[in-house]
Amino acid sequence: MTDRSPEVDDHSGTETTGHEWDGIKELNTPLPRWWRFIFWGTVIWSVVYWILMPAWPGLPGMSGYTPGVRGHSDRANVAADLSAAQASRAEFSQVLLARSATDAVRDPQLLQFALAFGESIFGDNCATCHGAGGGGAIGYPSLRDDVWLWGGTMDAIEYTLIHGIRSGAPNERANQMPAYGRDGFLKPSEIDDLAHYVRSLSGLEADRQAVARAAPIYQRECVDCHGAEGRGDQTRGAPNLTDAEWLYGGDYAQVRTSIYEARAGVMPNWDKRLDPAAIRAVSIYVHSLGGGE
Amino acid sequence: MGANEQVRSSGDPSSWAVAITLAVMAAIGLVAAANAHDLAFATHMWMVVAAAVVGLQAILVWTTNSDPEKRFDPTYYDDGIIKAGIAASVFWGLAGFLVGLVLALQLTWPNLFYFPDWGFTNFGRLRPLHTSAVIFAFGGNVLIATSFYVVQRTCRTRLAGGLWPWFVFWGYQLFIVIAATGYLMGVTQSKEYAEPEWYADIWLTVVWVAYLLVFLATIWKRREPHIYVANWFYLAFIVTVAMLHLVNNLSLPAAVGSKSYSVMAGVQSALTQWWYAHNAVGFFLTAGFLAIMYYFIPKRVDRPVWSYRLSIVHFWSLIFIYIWAGPHHLHYTALPQWAQTLGMTFSIMLWMPSWGGMINGLMTLSGAWDRLRTDPVVRMMVVSVAFYGMSTFEGPVLSIRAVNALSHYTDWGIGHVHSGALGWVGLISFGALYCLTQWVWKRERLYSNALVEWHFWIASIGIVLYIASMWVSGIMEGLMWRTYNEFGFLEYSFIETVSAKYISYIIRALGGGLFFVGSLIMTYNLIRTARGDVREEEDAVQAARPNLQPAE
Amino acid sequence: MAAKRANWLMRNHKWFERHSLILVVGILVVVSIGGIIEIAPLFYLKNTIEKVQGVRPLTPLELAGQNIYVREGCNVCHSQMVRPLRDEVERYGHYSLAAESMYDHPFLWGSKRTGPDLARVGGKYSDEWHRQHLIDPRSLVPQSIMPPYAFLAGRPVEVEAVRADLAALKALGVPYTDEMVAGAAEHLLQQVDVDSDFEAMVDAYSVVAGREGTVIVRNFDGAPGAPTELDAVIAYLQVLGSFVDFSTYEAGDVANRR
Ligand code: HEC
Ligand code: HEC
Ligand code: HEC
Ligand code: HEM
Ligand code: HEM
Ligand SMILES: [Ca+2]
Ligand SMILES: [Ca+2]
Ligand SMILES: [Cu+2]
Repeated sequence: MTDRSPEVDDHSGTETTGHEWDGIKELNTPLPRWWRFIFWGTVIWSVVYWILMPAWPGLPGMSGYTPGVRGHSDRANVAADLSAAQASRAEFSQVLLARSATDAVRDPQLLQFALAFGESIFGDNCATCHGAGGGGAIGYPSLRDDVWLWGGTMDAIEYTLIHGIRSGAPNERANQMPAYGRDGFLKPSEIDDLAHYVRSLSGLEADRQAVARAAPIYQRECVDCHGAEGRGDQTRGAPNLTDAEWLYGGDYAQVRTSIYEARAGVMPNWDKRLDPAAIRAVSIYVHSLGGGE
Repeated sequence: MGANEQVRSSGDPSSWAVAITLAVMAAIGLVAAANAHDLAFATHMWMVVAAAVVGLQAILVWTTNSDPEKRFDPTYYDDGIIKAGIAASVFWGLAGFLVGLVLALQLTWPNLFYFPDWGFTNFGRLRPLHTSAVIFAFGGNVLIATSFYVVQRTCRTRLAGGLWPWFVFWGYQLFIVIAATGYLMGVTQSKEYAEPEWYADIWLTVVWVAYLLVFLATIWKRREPHIYVANWFYLAFIVTVAMLHLVNNLSLPAAVGSKSYSVMAGVQSALTQWWYAHNAVGFFLTAGFLAIMYYFIPKRVDRPVWSYRLSIVHFWSLIFIYIWAGPHHLHYTALPQWAQTLGMTFSIMLWMPSWGGMINGLMTLSGAWDRLRTDPVVRMMVVSVAFYGMSTFEGPVLSIRAVNALSHYTDWGIGHVHSGALGWVGLISFGALYCLTQWVWKRERLYSNALVEWHFWIASIGIVLYIASMWVSGIMEGLMWRTYNEFGFLEYSFIETVSAKYISYIIRALGGGLFFVGSLIMTYNLIRTARGDVREEEDAVQAARPNLQPAE
Repeated sequence: MAAKRANWLMRNHKWFERHSLILVVGILVVVSIGGIIEIAPLFYLKNTIEKVQGVRPLTPLELAGQNIYVREGCNVCHSQMVRPLRDEVERYGHYSLAAESMYDHPFLWGSKRTGPDLARVGGKYSDEWHRQHLIDPRSLVPQSIMPPYAFLAGRPVEVEAVRADLAALKALGVPYTDEMVAGAAEHLLQQVDVDSDFEAMVDAYSVVAGREGTVIVRNFDGAPGAPTELDAVIAYLQVLGSFVDFSTYEAGDVANRR
């Protein structure tokens, strides 16, 4: 059974090796020529590749590796790719930055460029908060309507982007509404009444008596920012309370929470992450979304 | 069947040794449980104690009730453990495929398959459960079962080590249970395919050493002068996985608890990890399953292995070159480029050594190609080898840096994985399980060849749907990530690429579902076969007794 | 010729086929070579990890966050490795340096981007956004397929346990000082409390960083009371990729090439 002398397989005419295990024998077929051919081909290809590219590490005590005759470096390549990309945009980018944003959009080609640029940046950086297409979400203002917290002119938008809102950056847009309930400035019942009052400002259903009770409180506490009629104040980012647009929703519970907690949403500053041309381009893009002033 | 060896005396040192090991394990478990730093660790230690106590009990009952002469009767092969191995393989296979299906559904319909307050059903915890369940639990049990079967037959001797093979089997199941429950509780080292924490790693080391020794000892007492090629591959698999496991899992527990920190950090830990994980593919999913191929295909089709010389050359070149290829998982990362170059070039050189196995597997059918038609089990194994050839061609292509720049991080990788995993590992395992069930339960034929036929087609269609959809979504997202608009700005946001994959994900889930259904059919067929049932089928006779010549 | 070679092969391969120990040793030798040649140099070649300023060990709170990140398997969907390719740098920011993960035991580079790369997510969003996104990703990004992690908000961080974590990492070579290890629990509490005496903690970490401004003290989850797992994860996310001051990093320097 073991190490028998080789026999010839009927089907293939090839000799077996003479070994057998559990009835399994082996043919002594030579290696396929194409197999050897390709194998050595891959070896030769590899050797060539090693000569061209960084490949073999130095031994202990040595400091480097074989760098390859092509002097290849991914990091150098990407730097080159990026500067090539910058260079190809430079023509437009520079003009974009040289002129004021308002001025820049008069040039249709430049506008097209800025919109393509801005849309690209918006998708990965802004849409996560402001929604695809800038539609907004609860707590994240819609950038498509003509309701602006801090102003919808090109320059106002750009300022918001560079410095952020309550972002902690040095020149942030900072204005904090007091947390009237949480910090105990007003009694819960007063806040209940104020919520009715705020809703009444935009014509929503509200308890008349509560509105009447709240009016003096509103005049005392809120006019500073939201104005006597509740029309808000863009210099301070205080929303207009008389329109139908709500940052945090207009149902009673949401309005009450806004007054009780004060929201203080944060818009990050982008000066560290995006270059000036990109910021200008997104500003133009946002401005173009429909509500730009 | 193996002939007589001298019957060992009734002393049975192996049972004692296993019992002592279990006692030590129980003691360590108790101390650790008492000092446990966190709940997950305490749970695991109690599980260890319970397992040891149950094991001791079982040994006691069994030694008092069995005839010492017959316990490890060397005149018989040990097939009991193969039966257990088949059952475990099927069980873990179903579990792993099902979790895979759940993952696929989670990625498709997140609102239906996530529960905000249940951490343990989240994708991040289930994914390692899936990969470990299919690779280590399903694949590992198939490998242990087949290796124990094959090494006995090809060495013509009973499995060595008395009770130790059973220690290996149950010890391995304990490892799986600890690993799997650990993932659900959030116990993980985060290293892909090496996620289990330090204590599970130590336990696996113990089990694995026992496995190696049982396997080697069986070879030592073989009654054939030569070691069969399947056993070279099994040995390479066992030895190399031990090496990989030990090095990659070096870590320092933070306390007597479930959290440890890897000894290596950053770039060194990255390369070590991918050296490990790539070779887990190379030695667990490739060398081990090639061993299966080298026994089950020639045996089932009753033809000699096609080329002995190719076996030798491709064996040594495969194991030598595989080890180098790990850095192809780290192209363009912060890993120095010289290492990436080695990873890429050795992956290319790996192509032919890999195909050596495919050629030997397929060509073994020459002279018996008709078996493809008559025996669906053979067809399953042959298609499996074809998938092996395909994924070992795709692999070198993916290793080319320019290709990898596109494919890496995308679903293309997932497609590649599953053409290897479902096509190669899955189908060859199913083939082996059909063979083994028929053989160890000593059945004339399977319960139903028609059901094998159904399984084959359903699984194959499932695989094709799976990998084709992943190629589409992978290449699509890779391209979308780098698409520029006319001014050279990125055209798509990340989330647009997520949405774009939706259809592909539905198709993938469908494909995975089919694959799972196929394995349910197999389970039914295997159970009926084991019970000795036979289904009346028209063409079954021919398939079952292929060696009969038509009587004139 | 071929036959002769074949005979040679058969004659000599007999050694492996007839002696299992020779076979085992042969296998071990053959499979050791590649790993040794590739891995060992990463420990002795000096240019494996760039020299940069700013990379520091994680504070106890951030480390707790990283451990939750690992526990929840965020790494299976999110990479933390921006490759030096134009599209990635434009989408995510500066490509990742080896130095940036040199204190991660183990690395968390990831291998699949089901979600976007997070290597530079620090500072990109507000804490509130992260809070809302982790609790219910689809409330902010309707097409998201990320799982919800609402349960993080209710779970307190195990404050005392973190000392052992720092001690273990210190033993593995992460440059925590003895004071940092001893004060770990206290530092963790300070980092979520702007009214605490956090200055000493901030200074200590700035010293190892070699640069100011990398430690954020804030109530990350916005909720009063003991620090939660949500605090920890957000604290971790908010510093990702923010340690190195790239305005001082010489990307073009030959020493920094790869
Ligand atoms: C972390 C979430 C977040 C991200 C990301 C974000 N924003 Fe904002 N943004 C906000 C919040 C919150 C506000 C409102 C702040 C407030 O309550 O005053 C805001 C306000 C604004 C405003 C002012 C709107 C007004 O009515 O005055 C503009 C303009 C704006 N964002 C544009 C952008 C752009 C462009 C980007 C991307 C470059 C961006 N945002 C990214 C959260 C975000
Ligand atoms: C110091 C300035 C300031 C004062 C005083 C102030 N607010 Fe505000 N208010 C704001 C700002 C700024 C916002 C924008 C939301 C935010 O904080 O992010 C706001 C938002 C709101 C909102 C939410 C609007 C929406 O669209 O969802 C309501 C309601 C509101 N304020 C009501 C009041 C009431 C009632 C008072 C007085 C009791 C008051 N505010 C006093 C500055 C102020
Ligand atoms: C099933 C895969 C998956 C898992 C697991 C997952 N995420 Fe995500 N993640 C996503 C996807 C998809 C997105 C993109 C859509 C979105 O913003 O929700 C994303 C986005 C994010 C973002 C925003 C990144 C950016 O730049 O816009 C952060 C931060 C994040 N995930 C953190 C985490 C953390 C922390 C965990 C673990 C606790 C986690 N993710 C687990 C899939 C996942
Ligand atoms: C010559 C053989 C092979 C080569 C050169 C090869 C190459 C590769 C490459 C380059 C990747 C990385 C993709 C990426 O992340 O960018 C990969 C991933 C993978 N391959 Fe292969 N492959 C081969 C065969 C196989 C086979 C046969 C299987 C399975 C049975 C397999 C299983 C995997 C798995 C599981 C991964 C995923 C690793 C991860 O990222 O988690 N490979 N392979
Ligand atoms: C019903 C069958 C299966 C289904 C539906 C399925 C599904 C999945 C899914 C959805 C993922 C996650 C992909 C991602 O993160 O995007 C995955 C990953 C994986 N699966 Fe499966 N799977 C199945 C069977 C298998 C089998 C049989 C194996 C191995 C033998 C396997 C091995 C893997 C591996 C290794 C990964 C990780 C890949 C990587 O990290 O690159 N799967 N599977
Ligand atoms: Ca491990
Ligand atoms: Ca992976
Ligand atoms: Cu690999």
